Amino acid sequence: MSRATFRTPSALPGFGLTFGFAWLWLTLIILLPLGGVILWAGSLGVERLIQIASDPRTLAALKVSFGLSLLAAALNAVFGLILAWILTRYDFPGRRLVDAAVDLPFALPTAVAGIALAAIYAPNGWIGALLPFKVAYTPLGIFVALVFIGLPFVVRTLQPVLIDLDRELEEASATLGARRPVTLARVILPTLFPALLVGFALAFARAVGEYGSVIFIAGNVPYVSEIAPLIIIMKLEEFDYGAATAVATIMLLISFALLLLINLLEAWTRRRLGHVS
Amino acid sequence: MSAEAATAPVGRSLASPTTESAGAKLLLIVLGLGFLALFLVIPLFAVFAEAFRNGVAVYFEAFEDPDTQAAIRLTLLVAAIAVPLNIVFGLAASWAIAKFEFRGKSFMLTLIDLPFSVSPVVSGMCYVILFGASGYFGPWLDKHGIQIIFAVPGLVLATVFVTFPFVARELIPLMQEQGTSEEEAALSLGANGWRTFWSVTLPNVRWALLYGVLLSNARAMGEFGAVSVVSGHLRGLTNTLPLQVEILYNDYNFVAAFAAASLLAGLGLVTLVIKSLLEWRYGGEISSKHRK
Amino acid sequence: MKRFLAARLLAALTVVAPVAVAAPAAAQSTLTNVSYDPTRELYKDFNALFAKHWKAETGQDIRVQVSHGGSGKQARSVIDGLNADVVTLALASDIDAIAKATKKLPADWQKRLPNNSSPYTSTIVFLVRKGNPKGIKDWNDLVKPGVEVITPNPKTSGGARWNYLAAWAYGLKQNDNDPEKAKAFVAELFKHVPVLDSGARGSTTTFAQRGLGDVLLAWENEAYLSFQEFGDDKFEIVFPSISILAEPPVAIVDANVDKNGSRKAAEAYLNLLYSPEGQSLAAKHFYRPVKPETVSNKADVERFKSINLVTIDDTFGGWAKAQGEHFGDGGVFDQIFKPGN
Repeated sequence: MSRATFRTPSALPGFGLTFGFAWLWLTLIILLPLGGVILWAGSLGVERLIQIASDPRTLAALKVSFGLSLLAAALNAVFGLILAWILTRYDFPGRRLVDAAVDLPFALPTAVAGIALAAIYAPNGWIGALLPFKVAYTPLGIFVALVFIGLPFVVRTLQPVLIDLDRELEEASATLGARRPVTLARVILPTLFPALLVGFALAFARAVGEYGSVIFIAGNVPYVSEIAPLIIIMKLEEFDYGAATAVATIMLLISFALLLLINLLEAWTRRRLGHVS
Repeated sequence: MSAEAATAPVGRSLASPTTESAGAKLLLIVLGLGFLALFLVIPLFAVFAEAFRNGVAVYFEAFEDPDTQAAIRLTLLVAAIAVPLNIVFGLAASWAIAKFEFRGKSFMLTLIDLPFSVSPVVSGMCYVILFGASGYFGPWLDKHGIQIIFAVPGLVLATVFVTFPFVARELIPLMQEQGTSEEEAALSLGANGWRTFWSVTLPNVRWALLYGVLLSNARAMGEFGAVSVVSGHLRGLTNTLPLQVEILYNDYNFVAAFAAASLLAGLGLVTLVIKSLLEWRYGGEISSKHRK
Repeated sequence: MKRFLAARLLAALTVVAPVAVAAPAAAQSTLTNVSYDPTRELYKDFNALFAKHWKAETGQDIRVQVSHGGSGKQARSVIDGLNADVVTLALASDIDAIAKATKKLPADWQKRLPNNSSPYTSTIVFLVRKGNPKGIKDWNDLVKPGVEVITPNPKTSGGARWNYLAAWAYGLKQNDNDPEKAKAFVAELFKHVPVLDSGARGSTTTFAQRGLGDVLLAWENEAYLSFQEFGDDKFEIVFPSISILAEPPVAIVDANVDKNGSRKAAEAYLNLLYSPEGQSLAAKHFYRPVKPETVSNKADVERFKSINLVTIDDTFGGWAKAQGEHFGDGGVFDQIFKPGN
């Protein structure tokens, strides 16, 4: 295969250098270390891998991680949509401040978020004391932490799409006699849907692997409130590298699949909105 | 959303067929802000409230602990190494990806994104598998007296891993949008490649770059899970500030823990302020398509 | 001109940052002690004592670096290359694991220092809320309906393994040494556990600071310490009819001290633990000294209550056996936590 078919000719220099450097760095920092994990897991043999993967405690932890991440991402999708909408469409005092605050979970270290959430949602905390049920140290606590870290993904994915949204479509819909709720449901929501899905997937992907903010507030009870990353830590602490790498590999494959899906969704979104980059 | 069915032509603007009723607007705003307060604002506030619980003097006493000071120095050191490395990578990768068309580009993009969705625990663990005493290169490193994990190099590697995508992900969409015509013009006027990059490309993306650096720096200083696995938690030696927060918390030193946490939260807030100023002032020059 | 501002900012960043992290003063020798979770306060004081001693003896300054965490987790770090000069862990099998995996210290390390290399011992007691509202007197009260028990995770915490074994010993004693009945008792006990933290300190925080649970299964020293940290008026200690003699051992990691050139300091450090001053400090921090007669403040010793204690060797055939049987992969603890049991 000649080079010309590998890349489209360009007048700009530096492709070889930057492409080579980027791949070298990618290989050293990402591929080699992750490859090491997968290789280690692979050396265990299929039988042992299946045995580890089907261990009820590991399965339960994966279920907790995935189930709660899905729920958290779903809640974030709903409120993220509302937030993105009010931030782009309405004017209210402090709008700029609220807009900036949405990024808080990106900027706030996860451990800080973890101890803060644990402190306020504990039975004797500010919010925990007001609630008739326990939040911290139950699966609900994990859910709260996952909502916290996932929120900006949905808002930040939707905002640019909402800004770009063609108002003429809404006007046309209104001119044709559609009432506002109908326009929202039939015209706006379908246009936003792919971006919403991307935001949802990003929030979900982030939540599945989250550790720092969760361990402070999760009860870490096996089968109930133990998350998959904690299983990896536990296996490491028990000197069981095989099991640790096996669970890590499962999670890696899922992350990779999710990312691929997100990139495909993004491409789809761009096409639907008529942006050809 | 049945509330929208009621039309109420009051409020600051007249009800129009292309916007919601004032009542619906209010409802949505209250819902959105309430959610934000419950999940984001109150926790942030709690950090400072707990830190200052016993007064300002006690708060500042927390920073006289030599171990906490060492943790602050180490955190700065790790970020000072990891962030420039990511700047170099981010510039190189975005040049290759944004300015050229080649096969396998989306695969490369997916790989760059991977650290976003890899669990921090796995990010730290993969270096243990490589460089730990029972890992692939462990025996060789041990023979040559090189310490990677449980030392600064391991902390830097784990931090580079988790902050890997930030700079590249800010630059790529913007550079793609800007296309190659300006660079081509510079080249045709006789500038060489480096000069073109320094005087045409870099100024065009400078704010997006700064933005990426900010985010990457915030993450580098705040990372917990990945560095926790490779740190060894030696007080005053391999504890970064987030790890020190956990240690103080477990020492029953809650005020000091929240004081250290408030420093990190303050860093996060400063990041947000600069970021918002950048967006406000140079919004057009930072791609509107970024998502992080 | 704004055009190169970004570049200049970046340059400034890379120049300023290293200045801000000016290296701490070097030229003092260091010693690294990798320890378990509840020894934080003890070694904070002890390290200062040792530094003073070392200065008096050799004229050199020394700084002791400590790391604390669940005992199993700490052992893992040393196996993975954490450069520990001495390890002071919660139980012998964790140091056995280091010896076995790395060969950095001999298999018979435990014979090198007096009293199974344990300069202090402790035991497992109950911490309950003031006034003992649930009327907890002994182990069988823990499995009464509505009682919530807090203990860390035996897989990662040394203290939790002592908790578990103490409960098992009670189960054996109550049921004519029938292991199946002991297992049923421990299984029932763990059904009353709502939270499993990874280390002893995490569990104490959960119980004392977060207000969860009715009983904390705790190291005796950790229980006394909670009075100091959270006030005398919040908790009470209940001594069960039977508990276990917990021996947290200490050892030099030979290969590491030889590499670091710190053998002399490491030996002096561990020996100081057995000295009257070391013993007094251990007693002050609520560890039972192995030479109580040498403790300077007699009140520190007299406050320890005498309890009926079983030992790991007599009841469980030693740590090597207990570790694999109860806490290994698929061991009794794993079986107990299977759903439906």
